[in-house]
Parts: sequence; structure tokens; C-alpha cells
Amino acid sequence: MEADVVIIGGGVVGTAIARELSKYELKIILLEKEEDVAMGSSKANSGIIHAGYNADAGTLRGKLNVRANPLFDKLCSELKVPFKRIGSLLIGFNEDDLKVLKEKKENGEKMGITGMKIVSGEDLFKLEPNLNEKARFALFAPSAGIISSYEFTIALADSAVINGVKIYLDTELIDIETENRRVLGVKTSRGFIKTGIIINAAGLFSDNIAGMAGDNSIEIKAYKGEYHLFDKKWGDYVNHIIFPVPDRKSKGILVTPTVHGNLLIGPNFYAVDDKDDLGVSSAGLEEIYQGAGKLVSGLDRRDVIASYAGLRAKTEGDDFIIGHSDLVKGLINVAGIQSPGFTASPAIAEMVVDLVREYLAREKKQELRKKDYFQSELAQRPVFTEADLDEWDELIKKDAAYGEIICRCEKISKGEIRDAIHGPVPARSLDAVKRRTRAGAGRCQGAFCAPRVLKIIAEELGLKPTEITKKGGNSRILLTETKGLLLQKGEYHDD
Amino acid sequence: MIDYDLVVVGGGPAGLAAALEAKKNGIERILILERDKYLGGILQQCIHNGFGLLYFKEELTGPEYADRFIKKLSGTNIDVKTGTMVVRINRKKEITALNSKEGLLFIKAGAVILAMGCRERTREAVRIPGDRPAGIFTAGTAQRYLNLEGYMPGKEVVILGSGDIGLIMARRMTLEGADVKAVLEIMPFSSGLMRNKVQCLDDFGIPLLLKHTISRINGKDRVESVIISKADENMSVITGTEKEIPCDTVLFSVGLIPENELSREMGLSLDKATGGPVVNELRETEVRGIFACGNVLHVHDLVDYVSEESEIAGRAAAAYIRDGLERREREIIVERAENINYIIPQKISFIDREREMIKFFMRVKRPEEDVRISIADGENKKLASYKRDLLTPGEMLVINFPEKLIKDNTEKIKMFIEKERR
Repeated sequence: MEADVVIIGGGVVGTAIARELSKYELKIILLEKEEDVAMGSSKANSGIIHAGYNADAGTLRGKLNVRANPLFDKLCSELKVPFKRIGSLLIGFNEDDLKVLKEKKENGEKMGITGMKIVSGEDLFKLEPNLNEKARFALFAPSAGIISSYEFTIALADSAVINGVKIYLDTELIDIETENRRVLGVKTSRGFIKTGIIINAAGLFSDNIAGMAGDNSIEIKAYKGEYHLFDKKWGDYVNHIIFPVPDRKSKGILVTPTVHGNLLIGPNFYAVDDKDDLGVSSAGLEEIYQGAGKLVSGLDRRDVIASYAGLRAKTEGDDFIIGHSDLVKGLINVAGIQSPGFTASPAIAEMVVDLVREYLAREKKQELRKKDYFQSELAQRPVFTEADLDEWDELIKKDAAYGEIICRCEKISKGEIRDAIHGPVPARSLDAVKRRTRAGAGRCQGAFCAPRVLKIIAEELGLKPTEITKKGGNSRILLTETKGLLLQKGEYHDD
Repeated sequence: MIDYDLVVVGGGPAGLAAALEAKKNGIERILILERDKYLGGILQQCIHNGFGLLYFKEELTGPEYADRFIKKLSGTNIDVKTGTMVVRINRKKEITALNSKEGLLFIKAGAVILAMGCRERTREAVRIPGDRPAGIFTAGTAQRYLNLEGYMPGKEVVILGSGDIGLIMARRMTLEGADVKAVLEIMPFSSGLMRNKVQCLDDFGIPLLLKHTISRINGKDRVESVIISKADENMSVITGTEKEIPCDTVLFSVGLIPENELSREMGLSLDKATGGPVVNELRETEVRGIFACGNVLHVHDLVDYVSEESEIAGRAAAAYIRDGLERREREIIVERAENINYIIPQKISFIDREREMIKFFMRVKRPEEDVRISIADGENKKLASYKRDLLTPGEMLVINFPEKLIKDNTEKIKMFIEKERR
């Protein structure tokens, strides 16, 4: 196998780069070790498109956030990903907080963010009636928005695929081959791929990947954040993204509606050693519940439908590392993409295209040529909404599968699940179907629909039900056929 | 717009009994809407016995119990639409539904019976920390995989919660060759039926660990182990009591929640204790002509009571459609003492010269021994009293209260449970 560019990692950064690069005459392969894209930090985060007033104007984090924020309207319309620019409120409780709010506003305005204002008193509670009554001020930033981070990432990947990028899932990078400190190719669990350019977008593991090429300059530490997701009956409890005044480590525990109409609280912030550790702890969940209670009043934990954790990839220097490796030619590192990395991803992708262009010109005397045709739009898949029943009726009459409701909490039809299984980046597990369709994402958390979804995946892919997993790897749902265990133990007697 | 006298939402045991009873009482145009492909609801996966002892005076399996009603139905002109999902019901009794054959359906009903049943509480409802690997199921989902799909979801099993489905599944998985290591219950008493504890755990030597819970689930891809801990009376984990049990499967049997999203969306008020709509003795909700019965109203211990309750609703809907209900001038509120978890009905709204008894279904909050259940009027005058040896939250308590004890001017009645004086 051979490619002009190999991208390591199918998170939002890797897929955004893949899509941006797919506008050019390049042979691109993206490698992802998991069974789907968006399996790391891009899966479990707050789903916020930040306004960008937090990071200093001099940092990459600050610059790329502000550059990327306005891009989301067009991007999401092209990719058919729901996005709502609902604005954010940074809440202050006293005069010290007010000072911070003013500093943030000034910092944001210096970077060109418009429309921010300080609101207080009655005006504040008009915006957010359920705020904690002790709240006094807020910095309102109208350009902040909410998005589903995994749906955005999957859509970027789908778009990259229809524009010619090859995405190899379940494919692990074993080693990087170099000669005279220049990239020759990558050894993977699927074989060797010859390439001159490797883009290291491996998130939490980008230090290992750089290390394989002989660049040990990066060290990534994982910081966990835990979340509670509430039932949809809490979906309009707040109207904006509600932030506390941030501390030095993070933006703090926020409260926000999600783009699908749930309520999300979290995340906390603490270091973990194991970069695969996505467990939630009692203490952590208590911390976010208490934290959210400082911002809004009246939350009821009995309506939590899911708790989960995500990991942030942070470097010592606290800023993004985006650039050519100083040690290995052909290696471009995109590492330490912590918050606001999700927001910054489209701008990161643009920056990486420039790096590739520069490298090709300098090292290969090649020009990066745009393709004649780039398919910017993804097709709109049918999505059931109660707002448009007539359209749904027509659809069912064309294809009966859209009238067979499989997930009753979120009202997801067999047709939608089938479409996800046969999408550009196909869904092959229960969780992959859930991320694309929301089947199993509702209040019963798949207790009702999981057996039905499993059956559809097996039928559509021609697999046995015992081969279907929750999330790839060894996460099989069913172990044997009925009587299988008795047969194994020699205890089954058919007489 | 399709027109029916009565639309029954849900074709499980509640919906079936209600529709048949309405038919028996002279209603002609009846429609049952069922979202699954078949009638009978959850009974179809309950292949164990123990159903029907009260209602049919014989012991049946779940599918057999359902089949009795389904057979009766096939002899009637009651319309059934399976594979049909109700999307919306409004207070004018207009129903929006969809299925794959007909697309969107708009139905106008003279009366509506809500019989949507319930769903299982999940791991989140009891906030068990740890990883989120494969191998974590609600007991009912595991039951479906095993009994309807024909696959074993696990080999080494720990069950959290002593609800009836969990107990049944402990036995079922053992019979299939799995090693059920323990059933944990955070309360000091089992929350299921006594007979299930004996027949499903004791008879198979499966330990029931009371005052225990899972304090963490471990496993990256598939469950690898659970950490169990003792719990104190506030249901908090006692640190220092942790023990690891290797297993590949965790089943949750931690209670059921009436499925009332449609009820909530139409603005019906729900009783916090039952999770179901507030109803009067004919199971009519606060919207006249909209009734609720079965597990959508409150979680029953035995399906036999579901059938009985649904017949009340079916008869009442028939009377409503024929305009044959006589309402009291003032509704009688049913109050309860602290140790009673809930009482159905929450109010009495009708005058019925023919009925002798009003039947109350209730559950206690904690086990009570040697007690007297008493009913008093607004002036605390005792009207009736019933002796019971043992009450547990897992078993529903049924009280028949003589109608004649209610006076025309009665505004409320109050129930309480006291220690029997010796």
C-alpha cells in the first residue's frame, strides 16, 4: 500500500484534516485503531463550540478557536450536523468574579469576538430563570454554540470518505519506518503503507506515535472529566451554555442543553495514569452534581439517564503543538489538542494543509493542487422529527422501513439504523449505531431496543448475532446460542 | 382521520383485558395500538410459570396467560394494529401514530385507555460507578435475549437488585449453565415476591446478599469484575468492606418505571409515588374519558391484578362512552400515612349503587409485621380495619372497602397502618 499522506487517528482533528486535505490531489489514508471514528476525546466532551474569549490572544488555542468559531454554520449545513448557536453565559457571584468577566470580555474583544456584553440582575434571570439565585453577573457571548461532537466527527469522516480518503478502522499502528530521520512509511496491523508524510493526530497517544518515529519531544498527560446527562424533560431547563468562572486548570463544571434536547452537566478535572480509563467515580459524579448546583437550582439527579467520562490530552506547555517535527522530516505533529480543541478543529485542519503544502514545496518541489471537484455536501439522511409528520408519511410510503420504530425512547426507525450501517463510515456495533442514529441514547439506554438493533446489524452485515459487539474488540454482547454453555460443559442431554 | 369509540394504547395484558371488557360491555368500535410486532407485551418473554393463580385459578406461563386473552380477542371484531407506535395523544383524544404499512395515522377516539406498561430502571437510576463495557444488562433485556432471541448473554453473573425479574433470571441463567454468583440487594429486605426468592435463589443455592451493592464495575471491552460493598441504612457504601467478584455479566433488577411520556406530554399530572397518572376508582385520569390501567398506572406484583384492574378501566370506558357514569358532587380524596408508599385510586369520583366494595391497591414502604390497616374519615373516625400478619414492599396489598361506609358528605378518607395491639 502507498499513500501521499497517512493520518494517524480518527478523532475530530484527524477527520477534519482528512476532509480538508481531500480537497487536494493527494492519496490519503487515515488509520484508526478502534472500530469507529470519534472513539476518544471526540466522543465524550461537552459538545461546545466556544466563543473563544478564554485563551490568551498569543496562544494557538486562542487564535484557532476564534478563527474556527464562525466556520461552523457553513460546515454543519454542509455536513448535515445539528448545530445551535445558543450563546453562553459566564456566571459571576461577586465583585471579584465581575473583574474576571470584564477581563475575559476585553481579551475576547482584542481577538475580534463581537457581541459580548455583561448582563446583571433582573436581565440575567430573564435570560435564565433557573439560575442559582446568588448569581449576580454574567458575560454573555452570543457566538458560542452546541453540537454533537461525535456526530460532527463522523460526518467529517463520511465527507472525507466520499472525497476519496481511505479510512482503515480497527487498524493499529505498529511502527514508523524512517531513514536518515525521514519518514518512509508505517507498519500497521494491516501491513506496510509507504508514505512521505505522516500526520500525527493520535490524541492521547500522540506522544507514543511521535516516539515511534524517533521524536520524543512530546509528552501527553490525560485529564479526566466526568458528565451526567439528563432526561429530555430537562432539555429546556437552561437556554444557554452556563459556565462558572474558570480556574487555572479548566473551564469548570458547566450546565448546557444538548443539541438533541437533553441537559448535560460536567466536567470535573483530574489527572489519570491510564489513558484508556473512562470509568466514572462516585466522588467525581458527586463533584459535578454539586458544581452544577452552584450554577442552577432545582436539578434532580433521579432524571440522570447516562453518566460517562472523557479524557483531555494535555501537554506540559499547555498550548496546542501543531507543526513539523524538529527531529523527523515528514512527520507533522498535531498534539496536545485540549479544550478548545474541538472548536478549533476546522482551523487546525486549515493550518495542517498549509504545513503539507509548505513541506511538499520545500522537500519535494511539488505543488499542492486542488481537485477539480470536491463534494462538500453530505446527503441529508432521513431523520424522524415530530415537527414534520407529513414528510415522514411520504417517506414511509416510499420505504416501509422508516415506519418501523425500533428505538421507542428516541423514536428511531429501522430505516435510519439501516442507513447508518451502510454509511460511508459504516456502523458495525451497537454504540456506533447509537452515535449515528440515537437508537439507545434515550431514557431506557437501549434496554428495549438493543436486542432489536443487534439483530438488524447482524442481518444487514450478514453476521451471526454472537459476532456483534457493543463497541468493537472483545465487547461481544451474546456469548453463545441458548444451550451453548450446557453443551460446552457436557450437561446438555437432548433425550 | 379514523374514528373509534375506544382506542387502547398498548396490547399487553392491561390493554387486552381492558379492550375485551369494554367489548363485553357493549362497545363496538374498539382499536388496540401495539408498538411491538405481537400482542401480549412482556408476558411473551416470561416463559416461567406462576401466572394466573388468582385470575384463572391455575398456573400458567406468561405466553400461555397472554394467549388466553389473545384467543378471546380473535373471536371479536376488535381491531388491532401491531407494529404501530403512538407518537402523540392530546386531551381531545386525538391520537397520532405510525406504522410501516400505513404510514402516519390520525385517530379520533371517544375514550382512550392508556396501557403502555412500564420500563426497567437502569444502572443510571442507581448510579453505579465504574466502566461502561459490554455485559451490563437490565434483567428484562437479558431475558429477551435468552428467551426470545435464543442467545446466552453471559456466563458468570452478578445480579444487582432483588426485583422479581432479577430473581427469575438468576434461576433461568443457572438452568442454562451460567454461574450466578450472587444477588445483591441494598435494602435489608428482598424487593421481590417471597415465592420467587425461595424458588429462584434458595432452591439453587444462589446467595442473596442483603445490605450490599456494587460499588464499581470493572472491564474495558466486556465486564471483568465487580467490586461489591456493604451498604448502611442510608444506602451509602461502607468503605473498607469492598470485595471483588470476577464475572462477565451484571444484571440490573432495580425496579420498574411506568412509561408515561405520552401522558406527560398531554399534561396529565403524575403521582410521584407511583410514577403513573392520578386516577379515581374507575381508573379515569384527570381528563374525562381517558383511563389508565396496568403497569403504566402503578407497578403490579402479579399480572392477575393487572387483568382485574384493566377490566375496571374497560367497564368504565364503556360506561363513559354510553354516558352512564354518575359523578359525585365532590370527589373524595384518599390520603395515606407515612409508611404507605402509595394507594390506587388516589380519589373516589363516582356514585355506584350496585357495587359493594371499592378495591384499593397499595404498597408499604418497608416490611411491617402484625399490623392493622385502618381507614378513617376526615374527622379521624375509623370506618374499617383489616388485620395482616406480614406486609412487604415487594407484594401489593389489596383492600376491599365497603362502599356503604362512604357518606354523601365524605370529603376524604385516610389510610394508616398501625402495630396490632395485643
